Amino acid sequence: MFRNLLPIVVVLAVATMPLVARAATPLQLQSVKIDLPDSDKMFPAGPGSDAINNNCLACHSAGMVLNQPALSKQAWTVEVNKMIKNYRAPIAPEDVGAIVDYLTALKGAK
Amino acid sequence: MADHGVFDRMITRRRLLATTAAAGAALLRPAWAQEMVHLPLPGGPGARQITTAFPQKGPMILQRTRPPLLETPFEVFDRGVFTPNDQFYVRWHWALIPTDIDTAKFTLTVRGHVNQALSLSLNDILRGLPSVELPAVNQCSGNSRGFFQPRVPGGEWANGAMGNALWTGVRLKDVLDKAGVKPGAVQVRFKGLEEPVVADAPPFMKSLDIDHARDGEVMIAYAMNGEQLPLVNGFPLRLVVPGWYATYWVKMLNDIEVLDQPDVNYWTKVAYTIPDTPFASIKPGEMDVKMIPINRMVPRSFVTNIAPGSKVNAASPVTLRGIAFGGDCGVARVDFSIDRGQSWHQTQLGRDEGKYGFRQWQSLLTLPRPGEYNILVRCTNSSGVMQPDTANWNPAGFMRNVIESTGIVAA
Repeated sequence: MFRNLLPIVVVLAVATMPLVARAATPLQLQSVKIDLPDSDKMFPAGPGSDAINNNCLACHSAGMVLNQPALSKQAWTVEVNKMIKNYRAPIAPEDVGAIVDYLTALKGAK
Repeated sequence: MADHGVFDRMITRRRLLATTAAAGAALLRPAWAQEMVHLPLPGGPGARQITTAFPQKGPMILQRTRPPLLETPFEVFDRGVFTPNDQFYVRWHWALIPTDIDTAKFTLTVRGHVNQALSLSLNDILRGLPSVELPAVNQCSGNSRGFFQPRVPGGEWANGAMGNALWTGVRLKDVLDKAGVKPGAVQVRFKGLEEPVVADAPPFMKSLDIDHARDGEVMIAYAMNGEQLPLVNGFPLRLVVPGWYATYWVKMLNDIEVLDQPDVNYWTKVAYTIPDTPFASIKPGEMDVKMIPINRMVPRSFVTNIAPGSKVNAASPVTLRGIAFGGDCGVARVDFSIDRGQSWHQTQLGRDEGKYGFRQWQSLLTLPRPGEYNILVRCTNSSGVMQPDTANWNPAGFMRNVIESTGIVAA
């Protein structure tokens, strides 16, 4: 149970303040050097797995693809073509069918 | 029920932030023990790894390693209205992200349709311009995409691709004024240091209309929650566009270009577009819909203290608590229902930390009889916009804000 109604008073006080308040002393930024983790996960072996492993993993790790829901072959075709047309994925034309078929087999809608 | 900082009128903002940070650190131990989380996405797959492999970050739900997509575990949102930096979600578009930032060498360029092109050091920005601070929610356009039905491709987030921070920085307006915007400027385009692996792929850039850029609210932030940004959250500078989806909040911002023509780059004109319909909603398969760039956020609210599937005692009051945000304005009210929306009960709002931030809400909940209940929560924002009772749908999985339902059992 709420102990009191004072928060309402605070709300009214805050509402009258300017939206963007002046901040206190600026902090000192420190240089940063880190290493980001990489993923060595490959697409599971199967027909077309060489095509997808060789063409797709340069730009992104496999995880997000493996987390996709079941999608139709048409939807997978749209995705692969988006990677090529919009994001300039250098996929050889002869590999496109193999990648779409692989994804449809792995993640195809019923 | 333990006291919660945001409801305690005596707590100061600084103490609140310290509390948030401590809560984040305390989470490390139990989360290491648990390696996987299950996201309840319809049709699955819902299994995700909890990762602690990212420098400057605590336990995060791993959606993708490279480029990183890291989701905030939902229980973090129960700890207060400010999301700790080390568990603030992460979303990058391209894989080439600098991992070595020398603060003495970093510069922000301001160029294009201006009187005087600028190259500002971090010192110029931190010491040379008035400093401002503002709490604001940063939410991915595709937050909650994994709940879309029919499902759509993309980052399959649950509800954790959002966070609220106290942002500290300088007004974009002040930076633009320093360069002197020439008459005829129409938009301002922003680019950060990330680069695509493939050289001719479109670099990630976003634009705002000139009046929006100069509204005095859009900020260039150098701190979140009183600390410098974690590198994967955009260190050293990040654009803050209060009330707008995070796609505009360009990370590692190092280039500002004032344009005298509308921006036609891929990321503004083609990607991140939504149907120009209420709540960006269309019927699956609907074609020939006018598309516009995604823009203002819409209201949302969540239960944070009772997990779905929890059991509570019937006929006995329990605390129901959560967070809400108004989208592009403040929260006017949050109501809940236990009878599928036939009747609604107003909750009590916690302290207002700023209209663009999270607002905590709380109420007593008594489930009259044993049985299964769906707890619905509904935010109405200060412009009168209410969360809808049916889910929106669009092919990109953007702007989900349907009334959330939490199934619990009274025994």
